[in-house]
Amino acid sequence: MKQPWKVRLWRWTIISFVGAYLLVPLYAMFDFSTKPFGFADKGRTFRAWQIIPSQPDLMSAIVRSLLTAGIVMALILFLIVPTAIWVHLKLPALRRPFELLCLLPLAIPAIVIVVGIAPLYRWISIHLTESPISLAGVYSMLILPYTYRSLSAALDAVDIHTLAEAARTLGANTSRVIFGIIMPTIKTGIVNGSFIAIALVLGEYTISNILNYKTFQVVIAQIGRTNGNVAVAVSLASILFVLVLLLAIPTKKRRSAVLDVDLV
Amino acid sequence: MTQLQYKGTGSANGRTGSRYWRGKTAYLGVLPFLLVSGLFLLYPTWNVASGAFQDNYGKFSTQVLKEVFNSDIARKAFTNSLEISAKTALAGAILGALFAWALVNGKTGGYFYRVSVALSSVLAQFGGVMLTFAFLATFGFNGLIANIAVKYAPDTFLADASWLYGKFGISVLYTFFQIPLMVLVFLPTLENLKPQWREASDALGGKAYEYWLRIGIPILTPSFAGAALLLFVNSFSAYATAATLINLSDFLTPLQIATALTSETGGANPAEAKVLSFYMVIVVVIAMTLYSLLRRRVSKWEDRR
Repeated sequence: MKQPWKVRLWRWTIISFVGAYLLVPLYAMFDFSTKPFGFADKGRTFRAWQIIPSQPDLMSAIVRSLLTAGIVMALILFLIVPTAIWVHLKLPALRRPFELLCLLPLAIPAIVIVVGIAPLYRWISIHLTESPISLAGVYSMLILPYTYRSLSAALDAVDIHTLAEAARTLGANTSRVIFGIIMPTIKTGIVNGSFIAIALVLGEYTISNILNYKTFQVVIAQIGRTNGNVAVAVSLASILFVLVLLLAIPTKKRRSAVLDVDLV
Repeated sequence: MTQLQYKGTGSANGRTGSRYWRGKTAYLGVLPFLLVSGLFLLYPTWNVASGAFQDNYGKFSTQVLKEVFNSDIARKAFTNSLEISAKTALAGAILGALFAWALVNGKTGGYFYRVSVALSSVLAQFGGVMLTFAFLATFGFNGLIANIAVKYAPDTFLADASWLYGKFGISVLYTFFQIPLMVLVFLPTLENLKPQWREASDALGGKAYEYWLRIGIPILTPSFAGAALLLFVNSFSAYATAATLINLSDFLTPLQIATALTSETGGANPAEAKVLSFYMVIVVVIAMTLYSLLRRRVSKWEDRR
């Protein structure tokens, strides 16, 4: 496709300007993380990258955050998705209230949720557990709008009523209908929802910081106070990791996951 | 219409009594979800909404509500929040829309396109701790650009990193995650623009600027405004970036809420935190309502799945 030179000029001006805005800070992170620290170093050094694994707290925080993400995904799979299907199939009267409930977190910023939920987590940490894994509860609510969007799109695309009817005629019980018949057909929607769960849990700072839980981001911020180079190296590494992960997911699935940002 | 199909599979002996009870027991299925969402979503919402009308001792009063409304500090923080959100939403929307246009005009599905979209979805989630580090490494003391500025342009504002910690600095940081979000939200809209419209305009002798002025911009305005509202909410509720960059507790409303909630010097004031949260929610609800109204206009021409 041949484009007039004016269009091409505009295009490249925009790409280089916006591209510089987005990429220069990323390069600066790399530059900063390879700066010498300590008096022994001369010139460039990868020391900051090398001592990432030996940071106290960091590895355990990553493991804990991934565990939390796993629990959030389990909540999506065994609680939110079945409920969405159930409401779709059997309780048409509840569809509208259910949708409103799922979209409610959009109207409530994370900082506001913290204010409301602080007493609950105070109770949990006294009576049940002090582990940050308990944050899975509030995280699964935070991603409700995104899960709901990808789910309802998937559920609308398939005629699940006919599927359910056929399965019941052949003798399947209710749990078989939901977990064995309908959930496999909306796999893509579920995968998308789960992917957002990982991104959210690994990137969450507001709630965990204010409630004093040591999650991945909180630990990075902590490292940043004592050792800037290492903190910057960890941040850059995690950005690159997620980028590679995204590029590895086939284009079609990834795009529908990403574009589900467009809400309501 | 669809629920009728299900009813067809009901019991053949269909006594109204059993059908009545089946209808009721179906409601038990949503109970586990209702329990979890009640605990982690409805309870905090109710807590904030009702707490805004109580004093610190749990008595009904609108006193805190009025106090905060008339407080100069709270007003200043709220204005700062609104101003920064509006500015970064606009800047992010314009730059992001231009970048999305540049992407659509290239080879869609090509390598550059794919990397750009993937990078956008990473960077849109990038707010918070990491974003602060990136900009400190760029413009902060001893940062990449700051060092260059010190060497070659010591008189410009770039040479002194303190600008980063003010309103302008925060806006520059916020715009960084607004642009990629705009790219993601606006890309499908631009891709759904019918090429036939451009062809029709060209065939009738319209110039490029005439196409954009009379067709392109008018048809894109509702989606653009909707996306800008989304960006507005996005930066209005942002906390992590500002919290890790500056320690000024009264600078933005989210920071003020955090201080009121957690203050370690005995100044903790949960009632104030709830009232501030309540005001924030009002703004967000207004913005999201406008957004959904705009989306309704848009879906008339956009082929939405």
